[in-house]
Amino acid sequence: MKVETPHIEKTSFDVEKIRHDFPILKELIHGKPLCYLDNAATTQKPQAVIDSIVKYYSKINSNIHRGVHYLSGTATDAYENARIKVKNFLNASSEKEIIFTRGATESINLVASSFGRNNLNEGDEIIISGMEHHSNIVPWQLIAAEKKAVIKVIPISDEGEIIFEEFEKLITERTKIIAVVYVSNSLGTVNPVKQIIETAHNHNIPVLIDAAQAVNHFPVDVLELDCDFLAFSGHKIYGPTGIGILYGKENLLDQMPPYMGGGDMISKVTFEKSTFNELPFKFEAGTSNIAGAIGLGAALEYVDNIGLDTISVHEKELLDYGIKSLSQVEGLKIIGNAKEKSGVISFIFDNIHPHDIGTFLDFEGVAVRTGHHCTQPIMDRYCIPATTRASLAMYNTKSEIDVLTNGLKKITEVFK
Amino acid sequence: MIDSELRELYQQVILDHNKSPRNFRKIENANKFAEGYNPLCGDRINIYLIIEDDIVKDISFQGSGCAISKASASLMSSIVKGKTVKEAEELFSKFHDLITGKLDDDFDIEELGKLAVFAGVREFPVRVKCASLAWHTMMSAVNEDENKTVTTE
Repeated sequence: MKVETPHIEKTSFDVEKIRHDFPILKELIHGKPLCYLDNAATTQKPQAVIDSIVKYYSKINSNIHRGVHYLSGTATDAYENARIKVKNFLNASSEKEIIFTRGATESINLVASSFGRNNLNEGDEIIISGMEHHSNIVPWQLIAAEKKAVIKVIPISDEGEIIFEEFEKLITERTKIIAVVYVSNSLGTVNPVKQIIETAHNHNIPVLIDAAQAVNHFPVDVLELDCDFLAFSGHKIYGPTGIGILYGKENLLDQMPPYMGGGDMISKVTFEKSTFNELPFKFEAGTSNIAGAIGLGAALEYVDNIGLDTISVHEKELLDYGIKSLSQVEGLKIIGNAKEKSGVISFIFDNIHPHDIGTFLDFEGVAVRTGHHCTQPIMDRYCIPATTRASLAMYNTKSEIDVLTNGLKKITEVFK
Repeated sequence: MIDSELRELYQQVILDHNKSPRNFRKIENANKFAEGYNPLCGDRINIYLIIEDDIVKDISFQGSGCAISKASASLMSSIVKGKTVKEAEELFSKFHDLITGKLDDDFDIEELGKLAVFAGVREFPVRVKCASLAWHTMMSAVNEDENKTVTTE
């Protein structure tokens, strides 16, 4: 089966210049240069993002959409300008389809709760995959429990790929929504989301894509994918924490009830009844994370200037190099060997626990993640308690992979 | 070359017990049992005990975990065997002071015997839970908190 991969062109890519833009990369950890390989947890921030937040708070801080004074107008413009940047970044049709949330988790909760409230009835079915992050499992469990709906899980192969034939078999007349992750945060698998969406649409079923680990690695175009909803977090694409995006097709969002009530999301309120504001404001109750949205806008601009096409080429090279280097470490076993992978290498040793590896690597200046990565069902699938995960970003280098590899070799000596 | 702080944490005794844990088995006729869980890293440990006349006649463990938690369970099982429940409790209290760095003037590390190898843990606050999981689980088993999973959270 053909898996959709982004079209990529080779152009020059100056990683040293990029590293210079990220002040934290100059830090020393236990006296060693920081080797940050925990990017799937959160990415570091370029100076441009930090500056945009400082500038917002020092020059234009004000509440948006309400004030008649100068600052309020300026802050509103900056916030709405960030929305336009997101719209362009995803190639959405309209700003109305871009909703600011606290992160991918809130975006998914919004859809599960609001879409679910209107569309799920007893016995209806929700399909997710076996490699979802807890954030694309638990929101569905909550609404399923409330509505007595059923969750069906697409099984994954030993290599860490969705078994497409099994997915097709799961679809029934009761399937009301399909929610799948684009790139697995613990296996690195790039899922064939375009085919999943096509198949789902043949049955008139909407699809939500969790793109938290995708948008930072390669271009994502919501029109081309034809997804109905797409969620991502700002902090995983070099932006601030506490800001995220829900993209939704306008006709679907229009029909959905508000997720939260409060200020900014209403047109008129009386004690008897309120009428709701238009999109996207209907889903943005209360004062938003204005600085976060502006910071995210700056991050997307930064990424755009470098170009996700070139970023994905660089990261693919690093990934291939990393897989090759780590495979040479005695006793190391990579978990997740999908044909299409992006940004993540998860691995285990039979005789060394990930937690010990994490502590040893920390003393080499290497930041990796150890644990279940908020994907406990995946750990159960492979009968392992935890993995060590190295995850990549555009500023990583081959010499950092070497530091990781050499660190691991030292550890295997200690635990011999 | 390993950093001295790391060397202090991963002493040879700890590495040895990690590699060949003592009392790593299930006691079929155990009269006390508890399951411990550390959600931070997914460590799981089952502790089995035979307690007669308030004395730990036998103790064993099974499970998966990092070197610190495995070595801690192994050394604990070796050291509390034959002791009274009260003595085991007192040891845990001292051990806890050691790994959390609460070493006041009358703290006597000699009393801890082999457990002193865990002194390095105090420099690694995130690893305190690894070293204490087995002990918390044993105390829970002894105190008859039956069918209750102990977590370090």
